[in-house]
Amino acid sequence: MSDRLAVRKTYKLYVGGAFPRSESGRTYEVTDARGHFLGNVARASRKDARDAVVAARGAFARWSGATAYNRGQVLYRVAEVMEGRHVQFCEEVSAAEGLSGSKARAAVDAAIDRWVWYAGWTDKLAAVLGSANPVAGPYFDFSLPEPSGVVAVLAPQQSSLLGLVSVLAPVLATGNTAVVVTSAERPIPAVTLGEVLATSDVPGGVVNLLTGDAEELGPWLAEHADVDGIDLTGAPASRAMEFEREAAGTIKRVVRPPATEPDWTADPGLSRMTPFLETKTVWHPIGI
Amino acid sequence: MTSSTRAPFEYAPAPESRSIVTIAPSYGLFVDGEFVDGSGEPLKTVNPATEEVLTEVATGTSADVDRAVRAARKAFEKTWGPMRPADRGKYLFRIARLLQERAREFAVLESLDNGKPIRESRDVDVPLAAAHFFYHAGWADKLEHAGLGPDPRPLGVAGQVIPWNFPLLMLAWKVAPALATGNTVVLKPAETTPLTALLFAEVCRQADLPPGVVNIVTGAGETGRAVVEHEDVDKVAFTGSTEVGRSIARAVAGTQKKLTLELGGKAANIVFDDAPIDQAVEGIVQGIFFNQGHVCCAGSRLLVQESIHDEVIASLQRRIGTLRVGDPLDKNTDIGAINSAEQLARIRELSDIGEAEGAQRWQPACELPERGYWFPPTVFTDVSPAHRIARDEVFGPVLSVLTFRTPDEAVAKANNTTYGLSAGIWSEKGSRILKIADQLRAGVVWANTFNKFDPTSPFGGYKQSGYGREGGRHGLAAYLESTR
Repeated sequence: MSDRLAVRKTYKLYVGGAFPRSESGRTYEVTDARGHFLGNVARASRKDARDAVVAARGAFARWSGATAYNRGQVLYRVAEVMEGRHVQFCEEVSAAEGLSGSKARAAVDAAIDRWVWYAGWTDKLAAVLGSANPVAGPYFDFSLPEPSGVVAVLAPQQSSLLGLVSVLAPVLATGNTAVVVTSAERPIPAVTLGEVLATSDVPGGVVNLLTGDAEELGPWLAEHADVDGIDLTGAPASRAMEFEREAAGTIKRVVRPPATEPDWTADPGLSRMTPFLETKTVWHPIGI
Repeated sequence: MTSSTRAPFEYAPAPESRSIVTIAPSYGLFVDGEFVDGSGEPLKTVNPATEEVLTEVATGTSADVDRAVRAARKAFEKTWGPMRPADRGKYLFRIARLLQERAREFAVLESLDNGKPIRESRDVDVPLAAAHFFYHAGWADKLEHAGLGPDPRPLGVAGQVIPWNFPLLMLAWKVAPALATGNTVVLKPAETTPLTALLFAEVCRQADLPPGVVNIVTGAGETGRAVVEHEDVDKVAFTGSTEVGRSIARAVAGTQKKLTLELGGKAANIVFDDAPIDQAVEGIVQGIFFNQGHVCCAGSRLLVQESIHDEVIASLQRRIGTLRVGDPLDKNTDIGAINSAEQLARIRELSDIGEAEGAQRWQPACELPERGYWFPPTVFTDVSPAHRIARDEVFGPVLSVLTFRTPDEAVAKANNTTYGLSAGIWSEKGSRILKIADQLRAGVVWANTFNKFDPTSPFGGYKQSGYGREGGRHGLAAYLESTR
């Protein structure tokens, strides 16, 4: 047993590829499942959310324009780098969610495997979701899926890592960029995930992680004119309808919150990718 | 400012006979397979080309809508839902054939009620409507192959609200996929163009479609709201303005209703200096003057490369000078009547604002009929991206011309809109077309063509032009609960 005094971490936001504190200067105390102090975590503000949207918009052209193969490799790289931090994630998930060692390990394993699963999707979506359309005329006509743009994600409140990855990875696999509000009470695995993303060739701004309160930040993201879609999974039940109404003002694509937090180990299918994909259809004459 | 272009020769009148159509003095709602009285104050529908009142049409109240939804629910549970999918398909094939058999009648009625040229209702609206039913009929017993999981399920009762610009065609876009996927419908046609929907009700009867599978409730905005907000509606599908789309999205917030929206547009039609100019000019004309410009995907912003601006505009003006504006039932008419006094007022207002903001208005010399709602084909040059005529959807025969120098500038200007429904590209260079098509944020991109539609081809918007697709395999997803 070493008597070395540990060096503790300052838990900050992840915005535009950097780790700023909240511009508001606010933090809040985060404890483990038993109530022991873990750290003072940045409490993101409305301004932080807007900065994150700017970063996500700025990163969109490059990320959506990258080849599907490249995006797949980057997402696979996230899994590789997470694997190297396996022990750390297990400890943090265990502390956050009060899980036994084996259950925390299962959650971390599933989270890493989920990145691998989505990494493999990037270069198959166009084949599965696109089509050549046999129109009744001399035209070549095809349809392809394209990302909606900037997606705001209110991450699940309970499942601090597997739930977070399950809502974030599909947004990225489809070529969108993301502004994520993490679980309020269990944000620390998300902060560590930010560090993984920063070292996994995910371009800065593609993912922006805001620790703090979905109830506070939700309305600003729901009404923001430069946000194209919003996943309300982690929205407080009492406010979700209001957020959806706000989102209607700019015709956002909305994923409604489930009645209760889903079983994140279940096969997600395409259900979390299609909501943030558009279909573009292109026509060109043949022989004219 | 007008030019004095004269047509090279005069056309003799070539009127399509309206005797094929019989319009009753009044119409009820079509609920549970029967025509019934509506409880609201009836609406008068007029021929916009003459302002003649065609007939009176019932207004459905929320009580009427409730009856229609209950009929649809019952049909979903008792007949349409349990029916063998192949038989559902056969009903749709029947409907497609009936539409073909009665095509001329539908075309004349559509032109009378809507004001669109018979050439378009006859050659576009009605054949495409029949094609939509034919296409979707074939899907009814093949849904497990649609890529939506092994056992996709219908949603239940679909509430559908459609616009006045393509009354029968929009009905087909809504009803055909809903029925093919096993749903039943309550459809609210537009208040100014209800007649072909009511004739379609008669087609449903001729097809022996079980009662309640299709219910048609006429009326204005309040009736539409009652459809959208009805508690027992599982799916809402709307085509119309972005403003109404927003209010519908708000209304369904917090419910379990599925929603698809096909809203406004302000499409860029981009002409590069290597484009075949004559073909491009035809495409520009087709893009903005088709259906009087009452088209959500109209090519209302012409982006022309600076070096060919003068040549394109001169050629375009020459071509517009040959367009014939007038009697929708005349087979030589290119541009018919504006659908309503209200829409005409909006087109006039936005055009006046265009001039007031500094753009140059050009209209050909053309005689407009004395009665009815008319607006000549109009081109605005010297338009800046900040002008309202460059940003707002006019929904009329009004083209705004902007210029660009580089492809990047063209893309930036094309995407500089809250809409994202469609776009056009004119160029002889394949690799440029594919690059620009990739960069445009729009749901439909027409390259070296414009305003083409087909039931196999998904249609729908990006951004505030809405969400969901109509047509193709993609359109089925709007009416099915996916199991994957």
